[in-house]
Amino acid sequence: MTLDLIFFLVLSLIAIATALGMLLSRNAIYSALFLVLNFVTVAVFYLLLGAPFIAMAQITVYAGAIMVLFLFVIMLLGAESLPKANVLPWQKPLAGFLAIALAVEATFLFITRARPIGDILAPADTVNMMDSLREMGMLLFNQYLLPFEVTSILLLVAMVGAIVLVRKEKRV
Amino acid sequence: MVPISYYIILSAILFTIGVVGVLIRRNALIIFMSIELMLNAANLAFVAFGSVLKSFSGQIFVFFVIAVAAAEVAVGLALIVEIFKSKRSIDVDQMSSLKG
Amino acid sequence: MFFAEPTQSGFFFLAPWLEFAPVIGLLINLIFGRRFNEITVGTVASLASGAAFIVAVLLAWSVAANHGEVVRWYLAEWIHIGDLQLDWTFRVDSLSTTMMLVVSGVGTLIHIYAIGYMHEDVRFKGDTGRYPRFFVFLNLFIAAMMILVSGDSYMMLFVGWEGVGLCSFLLIGFWYELDTLGQSSWANSNAAKKAFIVNRIGDFGFLIAAFIMFWNFRSFQFDQVFAAAETVAPGVILAITLFMLVGVAGKSAQIPLYVWLPDAMAGPTPVSALIHAATMVTAGVYLIARSAPLYILVPQAQYIVAMTGAVTALFAATIAVGQYDIKKVLAYSTISQLGFMVAAVGMGAFVAGMFHLVTHAFFKALLFLSAGSVILGLERGHHHAEHSHHTEKPNRGRKAKREEHHGEARTEHVEAFDPNDMRNMGGLRRTMPTTFWLYMIGTLALAGLPPFAGFWSKDEILADAFTEGFTAVYWLLTIAAFFTAFYMGRQIWLVFFGEPRHEAAAHAEESPKVITVPLIVLAVLSVIGGALNLPGVHTFAEWLEHTIEVHAGEFVWSVAIISTILALLGIWISWLIYGRNPLKVGQPDPLKERLRPAFTGMENKWYVDELYQAIIVTPFVKLSQFLADVIDWKFWHDWFHETVIVGTYNWVSNIALNRYADQRGIDAFANGLAGVTQWLSATMRKIQNGFVRSYALSVLLGVVLIVGYLILK
Repeated sequence: MTLDLIFFLVLSLIAIATALGMLLSRNAIYSALFLVLNFVTVAVFYLLLGAPFIAMAQITVYAGAIMVLFLFVIMLLGAESLPKANVLPWQKPLAGFLAIALAVEATFLFITRARPIGDILAPADTVNMMDSLREMGMLLFNQYLLPFEVTSILLLVAMVGAIVLVRKEKRV
Repeated sequence: MVPISYYIILSAILFTIGVVGVLIRRNALIIFMSIELMLNAANLAFVAFGSVLKSFSGQIFVFFVIAVAAAEVAVGLALIVEIFKSKRSIDVDQMSSLKG
Repeated sequence: MFFAEPTQSGFFFLAPWLEFAPVIGLLINLIFGRRFNEITVGTVASLASGAAFIVAVLLAWSVAANHGEVVRWYLAEWIHIGDLQLDWTFRVDSLSTTMMLVVSGVGTLIHIYAIGYMHEDVRFKGDTGRYPRFFVFLNLFIAAMMILVSGDSYMMLFVGWEGVGLCSFLLIGFWYELDTLGQSSWANSNAAKKAFIVNRIGDFGFLIAAFIMFWNFRSFQFDQVFAAAETVAPGVILAITLFMLVGVAGKSAQIPLYVWLPDAMAGPTPVSALIHAATMVTAGVYLIARSAPLYILVPQAQYIVAMTGAVTALFAATIAVGQYDIKKVLAYSTISQLGFMVAAVGMGAFVAGMFHLVTHAFFKALLFLSAGSVILGLERGHHHAEHSHHTEKPNRGRKAKREEHHGEARTEHVEAFDPNDMRNMGGLRRTMPTTFWLYMIGTLALAGLPPFAGFWSKDEILADAFTEGFTAVYWLLTIAAFFTAFYMGRQIWLVFFGEPRHEAAAHAEESPKVITVPLIVLAVLSVIGGALNLPGVHTFAEWLEHTIEVHAGEFVWSVAIISTILALLGIWISWLIYGRNPLKVGQPDPLKERLRPAFTGMENKWYVDELYQAIIVTPFVKLSQFLADVIDWKFWHDWFHETVIVGTYNWVSNIALNRYADQRGIDAFANGLAGVTQWLSATMRKIQNGFVRSYALSVLLGVVLIVGYLILK
């Protein structure tokens, strides 16, 4: 049991716990906050994996922007809790069963079929990763320029769409 | 040294939890959040593999996924707001007008 | 295309015009007859027949010029199948030219006569539009008869044979909706049918003979058949000749198939004269004469033929004694004389037979046409009597009265008047003198008194019978000759002498020239016709010798004297009975009391028709009814059709197919399919519950399954 491993296990536990917390909370606000925690945990994971930029982006965009947006909407709609369900009683057990089945399948796949391709870098190796940022920038603007531009258009479209959707109908 | 498979398993578990969340919860926003969780799990897998393969492509991909996720959330929430305006509820069970 | 063997001199190329002239005549009258007036129609027909006569004359002259050589003139190919090689070939030899001359010559005279006769007849019957039809049929008859006599093979002969049978039917039933009294009835059409059907029985015999002939000789052509005749067993020839005798009995009215000829008198008189006295009925005699080489080989057949002819001659003569209808007497006389001819050719006396055929054509046509003149005279008289009753106008000149009548339509006669009945006649020699003298000449010729033509020909037959040793035939024929003289005398006394027994006879008028002139020509021929074959000179025998193996008959004085005495005796006895005390109105025939049962038999034709009716016709009709009602209707239709076929069909279609296959099978399947689909869709519809969660669940299910499949692969 190396330190990495312990660290990994603890973090993964937290990740799973927060995910479950998001899943099982009755209150939507609690779910959102749990999810924020989950994102932060995953950001730490990114750091461990030697992707600092992504980690930061994760916290900034995902946890900072997206989840805030979620919280805004939750509070706007007053959708903290919902009345009890009385339809599709068979949904929950079946969903659970299928999900477990999927998990089992996935695990099985990964364990039996995956070829060993190496280990993760040690965290110690990730300290000097300032160059990685530059590398990534180069990559982004050279090889992946087209997706980059398309993504910008996509964001534009999303913006316009969101505005159009919430616009009041003009009475002409 | 953490074997890559551990990360993948973790990713799978998170993904599964996200799936369960989509299926079980009736609150549209919770469902949406579960979808984000699923995306996150996928991102984790990407970065893990990128790290192992010593390639930046994984990270680039995650970068784009995050951007797209952001856009998607914006539009999606706008839609949910719209639906709330007409249905006065975000219980997906009540949005069953398309039943046959 | 044509050949004349062996020399080409002569008019043989005209042979087809024997055919074509009458056909052209009939076509012209058929198409344009309605637009022509009566004289034109009659003239066209007579010219056509006359043209055929001229061709016949030229052909006869050509044959004579060629020393009687047989010339076969080919016109067209008819049937060429395997062994059967039939062509339309004209056979021009002395025998066929004789027949051609008789047919066309007498035929033309009768055509001319018919112009006048039919003119009055259509007015008495009231249908002037039918006039052209008569001449179309007459020309058709001439054409068919020409095919018969000029044919070079038995099949060509048969074509003409059938054709004249058809024309006989058409002409007997000319007034098909009436009877002889002019009233609406089935009588005439029944007579026509009877003629056709009885003829058909004869034709059946002819066809059997033809089939046997083809089976053995593989040909119908005369020369080939005759050449091959000696190579087969005599039994075959016997069969052929006897079956041909059946055909002859049908066509030439011998026992047992003569019954149609008396009924055929229902046709107009020119028809009776042409077809049933002079030409058609002699076709049988011609057939036997033509088949002489066959008959010579089988003496048994010859004997049978001769006896048939002789018995028929006597039998018919006895019937003629008891008849009251002027035409029926002549009809039975014809049968009797045909018996003479058939007996003659049966005995092998072909010259005598053909000679009698020619002379008989002359005087029998003369007699029939004169009888027609008498009948017309009575009709005219009847009309005058009616007319004077109805209008009470004074007697005007004869010419004026006749013109008046020509414009009148047929008036309704109060009583049914039979112009043919001799009991209505009497004393006509004063009112119709020309007809009377012509009739006398015909009678004397028929009775066989020298020097008229009938004496020479009939005497030759008797002489041949006597010398050839056909004793039975000789006696039968002699007795028949006696009866002939007797009934002809009876007829003369009844018709022309005594007092008129009916006002129609009292007012009878003489016939116009168009009627009497042909009669005069025939009368002349009846007088001088004997010159054809005078004993010693034997012109005719030499003429025929070119074609058939004949020998000239000898003149036997004893036979001649006996026959003359018998003829005079017959006339004298008839005078005793009928002439001395002329029959009065309503008086029954004097012979009735004296020969009561015999005379009743004679009067009723020896009940032969009734016998046939009972033995043949009635069972046949009953059989047909049985077949129609029971077999056809009850069995075939009701049971088989309705029950079996229709019932089965209905069962199959309704029960089997409709109920089981269709309704319970296919419909059930189709409906079941629809039902299943409905159930399926109703069930499946529940999947679309509108809940997003369940849709997402199905997506997950799919993913799990696919990943599972990939794992397991």
